[in-house]
Amino acid sequence: MLNYIIRRLLYAIPILIGVNLITFTLFFVVNTPDDMARMQLGIKRVTPEAIDKWKQERGYDKPLMFNQAENGVAKFTRTVFFEKSIAMFAFRFGRADDGRDIAHEIKTRMFPSLAIALPVFLLGLGVYLVFALTMVFFRATYVDFWGVVLCVALMSISSLFYIIGGQFLISKLWHLVPISGYGQGLDIGKFLVLPVMIGVISGAGANTRWYRTIFLEEMGKDYVRTARAKGLPERIVLFRHVLRNALIPILTGAVVVIPLLFLGSLIAESFFGIPGLGSYTIDAIHSQDFAVVRAMVFLGSLLYIVGLIMTDISYTLVDPRVRLE
Amino acid sequence: MFFKPVILWTDALVYLLVAIVIALVWYVRRNEHFAAPWRRVGRSASGMAALTVLAFFVIIGLLDTVHLRPAVENKSGGSGETAYSVEVLSLLDLIATPLRTRVEKTYSSPFAAYLYARETVELPNGGQAREFPRLEFGGAHLQDPETQLVRDVAWRAVAGAGLGLFLWCMVVAFLAATLAHRSGEPFLSALSRIRHDDTAVSWRAVCLMLAVTLLLCGAALALCGSYHILGTDKVGQDVFYQALKSIRTGLVIGTLTTLMMLPFALLLGITAGYFRGWVDDVIQYLYTTLSSIPSVLLIAAAVLMMQVYMDTHPELFDTVVARADLRLLFLCIILGVTSWTGLCRLLRGETLRLRELEYIQAAHAFGVSHWRIISRHILPNVMHIVLIATVMDFSGLVLAEAVLSYVGVGVDPSMISFGTMINAARMEMAREPMVWWALFAAFSFMFALVLSANLFADAVQNAFDPRVRLSTKAKTSLRGKRQGEPETKPVSASAGDRLSP
Repeated sequence: MLNYIIRRLLYAIPILIGVNLITFTLFFVVNTPDDMARMQLGIKRVTPEAIDKWKQERGYDKPLMFNQAENGVAKFTRTVFFEKSIAMFAFRFGRADDGRDIAHEIKTRMFPSLAIALPVFLLGLGVYLVFALTMVFFRATYVDFWGVVLCVALMSISSLFYIIGGQFLISKLWHLVPISGYGQGLDIGKFLVLPVMIGVISGAGANTRWYRTIFLEEMGKDYVRTARAKGLPERIVLFRHVLRNALIPILTGAVVVIPLLFLGSLIAESFFGIPGLGSYTIDAIHSQDFAVVRAMVFLGSLLYIVGLIMTDISYTLVDPRVRLE
Repeated sequence: MFFKPVILWTDALVYLLVAIVIALVWYVRRNEHFAAPWRRVGRSASGMAALTVLAFFVIIGLLDTVHLRPAVENKSGGSGETAYSVEVLSLLDLIATPLRTRVEKTYSSPFAAYLYARETVELPNGGQAREFPRLEFGGAHLQDPETQLVRDVAWRAVAGAGLGLFLWCMVVAFLAATLAHRSGEPFLSALSRIRHDDTAVSWRAVCLMLAVTLLLCGAALALCGSYHILGTDKVGQDVFYQALKSIRTGLVIGTLTTLMMLPFALLLGITAGYFRGWVDDVIQYLYTTLSSIPSVLLIAAAVLMMQVYMDTHPELFDTVVARADLRLLFLCIILGVTSWTGLCRLLRGETLRLRELEYIQAAHAFGVSHWRIISRHILPNVMHIVLIATVMDFSGLVLAEAVLSYVGVGVDPSMISFGTMINAARMEMAREPMVWWALFAAFSFMFALVLSANLFADAVQNAFDPRVRLSTKAKTSLRGKRQGEPETKPVSASAGDRLSP
């Protein structure tokens, strides 16, 4: 088990290097640092001195991949690619355009993101499982049919409409909770209710339907017939046998997103004015802050890989047949 | 010449797509094993109803794809060449000229004859008053809107719907006549077979959906000439026109992205599964790396870089439309490059399974070349996966466009799309009094498009995926129906890939 995890972690290194190479190509080769500097400082009437200063401030003033002026290993190490990559792997993300330390920002903004994403995830998982099980329990009846119709309809609505509609109904019309914002201490509860609720509802259609398919597939298997033949009531068959066996495909989809919860949701956070990582990213995209976007891409991939490893470990927990070696 | 045709980049690709679809239809009709699942799609009532709605959207989208520059009158009067306007218009723009050009001052609600904001108006006796002024175009033909408006709207709506009904009767009669001609039965019996849903294709669903859409379209067409049926936006543009224009953007993103993605997914997926060894390792590494970057962030990063590139190279585009169009194309390419990994994984798994089957082993033994085995034996057998993935992705991409445009990494702000409509309208909900119609328009058009795409995708999946077919068979046998389908082995799912360490 430990061996396996170590091997998977080692396997993550080439992937992270690949991710780094892709982001580097995107950010520095497609557009040279000169282009970015001109873009940031205004296209016209930029003096070469201003561009040089901009590049120097951000450490972009070296050759990209290969430094002709240096000797030996330094030919490769004294380059933008090497220095930026090493800094990434050491979690030194540098400074954003407004001068703040990105790593510090990420540390403080992680918690508001988590405060929204974690309840959405847990509550959502519970609600969707219950709905899906209900539909499967009443399968091939009107409950099931209209349930699927409702799911497809819910799936067809853009998440933007859920947020706009929810804010309008709950906050503007009924004045139940504030439209947006974020508070301190116990006060945050009232700010969290609406985003969490909308998060759960907007994922309901697709997820419930997906879980229902998994359950139905499981229902067709031989052990279910055996359980029924033993005379077990449908309730026991469903909750004790089918639910447990359906956990593997459900975990595949669910566990992998747990680490990504840290990143929060781009849309919801910016609509509700929550100072999390999602709104941080959106602000960075709007103000074209390349350093922040690059840091978030790197962090996102890292967390995704962690999620994959966690998925594998979770298999061993729910299914004794799976051995990691 | 009264016009000069303009072919933008996405136009060319849409034409290519149409050609591909026509070729595919021709190919499927000649091959029984491809035609059989399509007949199952035809049997599905919800699928056919959805297809009817989709067809309407596609027609609007195609009309909006044919771009041209109309000729302008040469005032200098010389015998020189005809001058063409700098404005690039589509056929839809020309048809909807009244909608496009009748611009009010600012907001007005649906079917309004008055502006939505008070203005200071000079009274005839020299004084001034703050009141809601009449609209320049909406309901301008009415003498006294207070009393006439409701009657006029109702009358026009009924007349338009009547026209729609007439058209519908014609279509149904034509359909029944065709069916009767084919099977050699009397016209009335064909009609009654449609009514009792006793036809090879579920024509009843098509007719019902056609009735709804034609009635709505007829009423809308009759009304939109003299009213703003979905109101106007902040700068007074007709919202109905914007909604119509958004359809093309959504369709282009949904379809062209797939067109961009398919070569990658097909080539890499099949190569990895077929050749295995180091090729497989390299391709697996490639898609694991790409898929481990959260897609929204990757798209955002790529679009940001594209923006910088376009800003530093303004000489590449001659018109605003060309610029917006190129940005749309880039967005499709970026979405395609970031989304091929899922399909590639599926194709690799299926190819791994197929290459061990006896008929392919036999082909090897006969010395058939790799290329021929792949194109003759493997490719046709993975096509159902490609088709299912394509139709399933479509609705997601239309929804993604709205979100990306909101984030600011979507289509060009000058291009009308559902995303830009929502983005512009979302602040209006906080306005007092509220402006709801722009959001309502975007919502209903998008909902209709995505819902029908989802339903159609379901019908296609049910017909093509052997795994789903098994479970539906189990379900229908519960209800006491029987379906004479041969049992097939389920498609190996992607979930198994991660299980093996």
